[in-house]
Amino acid sequence: MANVADKPLVHEDDLLIEEYGYDDHFHDHHHGDKFQSNFVTTYFFSQDHKMIAKQFLITGMFWAIIGGLMSLVFRLQLGFPEENMAWLKPVLGKWITVNDAGIGSLAPEFYYALVTMHGTILVFFVLTAGLSGTFSNLLIPLQIGARDMASPFMNMLSYWFFFLAGVVMFFSLFLNTGPFAGGWTAYPPLSALPQASSGSGAGMTLWIVSLVFFVVSVLLGGINYITTVLNMRTKGMSMWRMPLTIWAFFITAIIGLLSFPVLVSAFLLVTFDRSLGTSFFLSEIFIGGQALDHVGGSPILYQHLFWFLGHPEVYIIILPAMGIVSEVLSVHSRKPIFGYKAMVYSILAIAFLSFIVWAHHMFMSGVNPFISNFFVIFTLIIAVPSAVKVFNWIATLYGGNVRFNSASLFAIGFVSMFISGGLTGIFLGNSAIDIQLHDTYFVVAHFHIVMGVAAFFGMFAGIYNWFPKMYGRFMNETLGKLHFWGTIVGAYAVFWPMHYLGMAGVPRRYYRFDSFAAFGSFDLMNQFITVAAIITFGFQLLFVVNFFYSIWKGKKMTDRNPWKASTLEWTTPIEGIHGNWPGKIPTVQRWAYDYGKDGKDFIPQIQPVGADESKDEH
Amino acid sequence: MTALFVLLCVILIGIIVVQIGKVTELAGKIRGEEEAQERTNRTQAGYSMIFMIVFLLACTVSAIYYKDSMLWYGPNESASAHGSSIDYIFNITLFFTGIVFFITQILLFYFAYKYRARRGSKAEYISHNNRLEVIWTAIPAVVMTFLVVGGLDAWNDVMADVEEGEDYIEIEATGYQFAWHLRYPGPDGKLGARDYKMISATNPLGQVWSDEKNLDDFHPSEIVLPVGKKVRVRITSRDVLHNFYLPHFRVKMDAVPGMPTYFVFTPTTTTEEYRAKLGALNDRGEPQYPEWHAPLDPEDPEGPTKFEDFNFELACAELCGKGHYAMRRAVRIVSEAEYKNWLSEQQSYYESTIKGTEDDPFASEAVEEEPELTDASPVEGDTPEGEGSAE
Repeated sequence: MANVADKPLVHEDDLLIEEYGYDDHFHDHHHGDKFQSNFVTTYFFSQDHKMIAKQFLITGMFWAIIGGLMSLVFRLQLGFPEENMAWLKPVLGKWITVNDAGIGSLAPEFYYALVTMHGTILVFFVLTAGLSGTFSNLLIPLQIGARDMASPFMNMLSYWFFFLAGVVMFFSLFLNTGPFAGGWTAYPPLSALPQASSGSGAGMTLWIVSLVFFVVSVLLGGINYITTVLNMRTKGMSMWRMPLTIWAFFITAIIGLLSFPVLVSAFLLVTFDRSLGTSFFLSEIFIGGQALDHVGGSPILYQHLFWFLGHPEVYIIILPAMGIVSEVLSVHSRKPIFGYKAMVYSILAIAFLSFIVWAHHMFMSGVNPFISNFFVIFTLIIAVPSAVKVFNWIATLYGGNVRFNSASLFAIGFVSMFISGGLTGIFLGNSAIDIQLHDTYFVVAHFHIVMGVAAFFGMFAGIYNWFPKMYGRFMNETLGKLHFWGTIVGAYAVFWPMHYLGMAGVPRRYYRFDSFAAFGSFDLMNQFITVAAIITFGFQLLFVVNFFYSIWKGKKMTDRNPWKASTLEWTTPIEGIHGNWPGKIPTVQRWAYDYGKDGKDFIPQIQPVGADESKDEH
Repeated sequence: MTALFVLLCVILIGIIVVQIGKVTELAGKIRGEEEAQERTNRTQAGYSMIFMIVFLLACTVSAIYYKDSMLWYGPNESASAHGSSIDYIFNITLFFTGIVFFITQILLFYFAYKYRARRGSKAEYISHNNRLEVIWTAIPAVVMTFLVVGGLDAWNDVMADVEEGEDYIEIEATGYQFAWHLRYPGPDGKLGARDYKMISATNPLGQVWSDEKNLDDFHPSEIVLPVGKKVRVRITSRDVLHNFYLPHFRVKMDAVPGMPTYFVFTPTTTTEEYRAKLGALNDRGEPQYPEWHAPLDPEDPEGPTKFEDFNFELACAELCGKGHYAMRRAVRIVSEAEYKNWLSEQQSYYESTIKGTEDDPFASEAVEEEPELTDASPVEGDTPEGEGSAE
């Protein structure tokens, strides 16, 4: 308590805000500074962006655990196909079939259900909603100097549609016929015909319903983020003064708004094919002993529609992580982010290109090989802005004064993962190489490292960095660092060997490998991967324990700007309040990255430019 | 019981770790936060360097360890004419990305280590450097151009369809849940028409029997091809998406219901040659690839070894349902003479199953001609051979 007394009673930031801030008469509407709220409107149907961010985060964590556990079950199958899995019967029920000898094994259709659910849950519920939903909500108003989102009510709806999507998906796990099992891409005819797979009946119906709710959530959120960034920036916060986090969230929301509706159109057409007898994606099918009437449709059309979202989706996942990492690396290196403008232009270039590369997922799907030429060129152009971003992150560390903590470690880990996974994209984007590597474990290794693990690292960096902003306490640093080292070593141990599997030609989505001589000689590696996956998952539980422990018992925040960051969110009071700033809204006098300028450790954005300050064009 | 014990152990370890976390935090408080942070920077920066070295070493060592399963290295050489161009692009890409991988990973962790915060140290204010940024935008752009041009060159070569008048064999592979059905054109060299509505238990591909091209088509249980001859595979599906995947030949193409796709390739290695390569001995008389000399059945060490039993394989590479992982067919590449011989042994599906049944549009003729056929019964016995040598 002694150091509290050392602090000035009035915070320097408050003086600056009082002097230069903008009075929006915020409290005139509320008769005093108490915002009326009760238990339900605070914790459940909250319209406060900070609370909605926490809701997204914790729901995302719930789904990450479910999705992670699913991957462990199917990893057990892949690593130890002969082992007795009867002990999982109490949890998985009839998904485990026990033979006469008492040996339980995972039924193939449920193996595929687990793979499908793992993909769907991680891509949409965790890395889209959990990542972008959390940090866009938390940081957009705080970092641009807004009291809240443009429409807090829509923002609340956005979360509850996400929640609803989760409930429907969760329910589908308990269906008698099992959840959808045709892969997270849900290609018809497999997804359109209940005869083709037991999960393609009620499971697929609920899968579509859930994801349509999810898209509604993304659109409600996205419109809000875009509107808020465009219209509610505080005085002085020009676009070129926004932190890179905001740029990333802003562009992510635009990508989402443009691409998710196309996914819904694909779902709508599948639904027509499933229930109204149309033939958008079905043609000349003989299944279950009978020839169907559908003629003239093309399953490839679905793939075009799906990947028109599907490819931008991976940037929807990775851009927020990139923004977070840029911010965290800069703050903890005590240096401006290197090449701020190049970073922004890279985001814009990646966002634009993300819309014209979708067919690189379809080189071997039967599209005209000539068309692939364009998609190869556009795809490999993306390597350029991506490389620029990597070089800029590394240059940010150069000459810095790097403070090592969980947040900065995860940010560094992100860059490492992004390099490893990004480089393998250069193989896959080149259609000639893709002939051999398409749908092999090389692809699994690539996307897990570059958009799975890397996005998680970005998310962790963000959580460790802004946890104090969310809860007024710190997460335990020792556990955080243990979590980091366990995760980076574990994640590489899981996914690196998969490159070799892929180069040997082992296809993904195989229930077991022993039916083929070419794929069956990697038992030891598969066991190693499974064990590594289990251990890595254990480290994530450590994070969950640390997270919830720290909410109530973590070290209290005594300084409102613990990282000495220049951005606006750290000028708000420690206890997050409705409307974010108690008095005036701060105005912005400079860009977000004045670290180490003129020998000063950092200069907050609210501080006016001094007369004797050196000029810099950034 | 063991499960409970393991669970208890895990929980206990968890509790211990959490307690350690608390204690270290307290220790940090006592020592003073700045000093604690500096100690942390030192140790964590050290860990970063250790991690980097171990990680890069592990990457290198594991790559060497698994080189026999990588494209182009060891025995995993392409068995088709176009395959080596794919493997070449792969390895060129591996070379460039490998360089970038090592440089960037080293710089990343080294800079983090070198510029760790120390007492009294300060960060430099460097916001950008235009010249440097132009350089590191230009270099990837140039390298990518190089890779794109090489890749597309190979791609357009590989994917080119057969030209008119070219000599090639056309075969057909139809995926269904959960196997491949193969069809060869027979002596006329032409695959007959199909209509999916005619599919039945006796007509698995829905061949239209009134189309005479169908009458000599036969359905083998494995793919047999002559070495050095161009093959055009017509790939179709009866129900959902499948993918015609021949890993050793670098061939992969989706099977799409309602839309035939094609892949053209030329096998360059016979099965026997590939087996010989896998079983090769090195200069010292030891097996070059010991893993291929292991007995096929570990219970029977005297039995055939893995390389003796080696076969090229056809797999499915597009998720098609619960049996996706087991759609295997063997692929046998043989000499031209052996191929001719094999062809002569095949009987057309029409002859073996359809002829004379109610599905046979020529049945009425057949009935009329029946006495004639009985007369010619010795000839009929010769028919397969006669068919084979007809062309």
